[in-house]
Amino acid sequence: MAIDDPHPSAPPPALEAVGLSKHYGSSASRFDALSDVSLSIRAGECVAIVGKSGSGKSTLMHLLAVLDEPSEGEVRIHGTDARSLSARALNRLRNREFGFVFQQFFLNAQQSVLDNVTLPLTIAGLRRGARRARALEVLGTLDLAEKASAKAVTLSGGQKQRTVIARALAGNPSVIFADEPTGNLDSATGAIVEDLLFTLNREKGITLVIVTHDDELAARCDRQVVLRDGRIVSDSAAPVLEGVAR
Amino acid sequence: MKAVDLARTAVANTFRSKLRTTLTVLALFVGAFTLTITTALGAGVSSYITTQVNSFAAEDVLLVQATTDLTAAAEDDGPAEWDPETSTSSNSQAGGAPLAGAQAEPLTDDDLDTIAAIDGISGIDPVRSVSTDWVSTDSSAKFEFSVNPQSAVTVADLETGAQLDHSASDFEVMLPNDYLEALEFDSADDAVGSEVTIGMTDITGATHEVTAEVVGVSRSSLFASGAGANNALVTELASLRTAGIEGADENSVIAIAYLESELSDAQIEQVTADLSDAGFSAQTIEDQLGIVTTVIAGITGVLNAFAIVALIAAAFGIVNTLLMSVQERTREIGLMKAMGMGSSRIFALFSLEAVTIGVIGSLIGVGAAMLVGSGLSTALAAGPLADLEGLSLFLFEPASLIGVVLLISAIAFVSGALPASRAARQRPIESLRYE
Repeated sequence: MAIDDPHPSAPPPALEAVGLSKHYGSSASRFDALSDVSLSIRAGECVAIVGKSGSGKSTLMHLLAVLDEPSEGEVRIHGTDARSLSARALNRLRNREFGFVFQQFFLNAQQSVLDNVTLPLTIAGLRRGARRARALEVLGTLDLAEKASAKAVTLSGGQKQRTVIARALAGNPSVIFADEPTGNLDSATGAIVEDLLFTLNREKGITLVIVTHDDELAARCDRQVVLRDGRIVSDSAAPVLEGVAR
Repeated sequence: MKAVDLARTAVANTFRSKLRTTLTVLALFVGAFTLTITTALGAGVSSYITTQVNSFAAEDVLLVQATTDLTAAAEDDGPAEWDPETSTSSNSQAGGAPLAGAQAEPLTDDDLDTIAAIDGISGIDPVRSVSTDWVSTDSSAKFEFSVNPQSAVTVADLETGAQLDHSASDFEVMLPNDYLEALEFDSADDAVGSEVTIGMTDITGATHEVTAEVVGVSRSSLFASGAGANNALVTELASLRTAGIEGADENSVIAIAYLESELSDAQIEQVTADLSDAGFSAQTIEDQLGIVTTVIAGITGVLNAFAIVALIAAAFGIVNTLLMSVQERTREIGLMKAMGMGSSRIFALFSLEAVTIGVIGSLIGVGAAMLVGSGLSTALAAGPLADLEGLSLFLFEPASLIGVVLLISAIAFVSGALPASRAARQRPIESLRYE
């Protein structure tokens, strides 16, 4: 990755948004989902993006994960402008560096847990044996080893979300994006999933970007970025941010 | 994603919605089955006809007869008026030209001279009418027997032995294989080289016997029936028939005109035109058989058209199946894209699913067609078509079977292109957002 940092001593931020705007439609019917948002996330940080529905928090996450293109502004990953990367390089980046956990699990119901977890590895082009070994290893750390050959449809909600986390971890990502990771779970199960995510952040140094409207979950993160009507209204790490960005 | 994983995933996805896949496969099955059966039928019959056509001799032979009254009748109104100067009594001659249709007037010696004088014709032989009564061997009873008057120009579809030698002075006969048992031969090979006695009656009522050697055994043929005899034997039988009475030899209806060698098609056409001007109709043997092959090609074409219609319907089935599949799997596609699967791979995945459906449908269709076709062939060969020896009604050629599978897979691929490109164009974020 190219180094594009004014402070050579510090590593570039894992993710950086500069003047991001996203709007839909044009002129009269124009809707601004996001307006001039700048944000910098260090590697290993745990950031909660908080806001009501329609505040633009999911849009921000999608832009940071290069799933979508901003109308204005740029996204830098490890200092590299995402616009300078080819479609192939972006696919590769998402495949190797990012893991995704969604509120709806997006598991393939009729496939086995193992097949679901190996999907990113299959996309990466790993050999069958290597995929299997890696997936079983991850499932083992999440206490799901004995469920490996069960069909995804037979799992409980908590098991499903743990399978999703296993899938996100399989590719050994540096960043995990979680969109309402506990939204579909009861509070006890939700707590287990939360613990799991924070443990990964703490012990493996995986950067966590959690989108949530749950204040308790947000409070457990190092940093809370609050969005309203597409603008950042508060950022608990703002002073640090000023020092790092630009 | 690696190609092998892509293929494996595509096949697995195909079977995810079993009922829908089965119905689509069924539609392709009908097309593949029909196409295979009709192609095999066409090939089988064509191959049989070709064998039969090849049973006639060289191409440089024309069958010539006087232009028939029927042709004239078609041009004027009703039958031609009898005129003692030009008309002769009608003559039915058994074993005339195959498929020639109307009976023609016998050819006079003058006619033969006229024909021989036309440029491009090197010789003319009237087809001599010979009549025989029976055939037997030393040990067998006597059986009714007729000699094919055209054996001089035909090449028999040999079961065993050799073709007739028309330049030999010995009497030679080509025995149809249905005489073997009657004449108490153990096998076709047993018959070759042995002698048979042919009995006949001349016009005075006296009987004669001629002994001839069996040089070959022929399969029954669609166009040439009866036994064959070489020129020496035909001449002998014909002269015995007249019993030495001058002018008793009936004039032939058909003559065989030998063309000079290496004439071009245009030159042969010129010869035919000259003959036509002189009041004769001439046909090559291919001409005479042309109508049969045209009819067969026509029937095969119509049946194939039905198969193609079935395949077009099936193609829309594939489009529909995959469009539904893309719709249902919107989130899955979004997820795969989010995880870094490229658009071209998504396109390849859905195209491969279409091709999988195509391959399954066509393989089952081709397989079923082969089973049914072989069964029918066997049943028909034992029953209604037993007389047509050497005919296998359905001929399954590997090249055409592979062709059917490839064609249907190609149709499936083309049908899958629209849904696949729709899937490939989906933006991950749109797919994931939709709840």
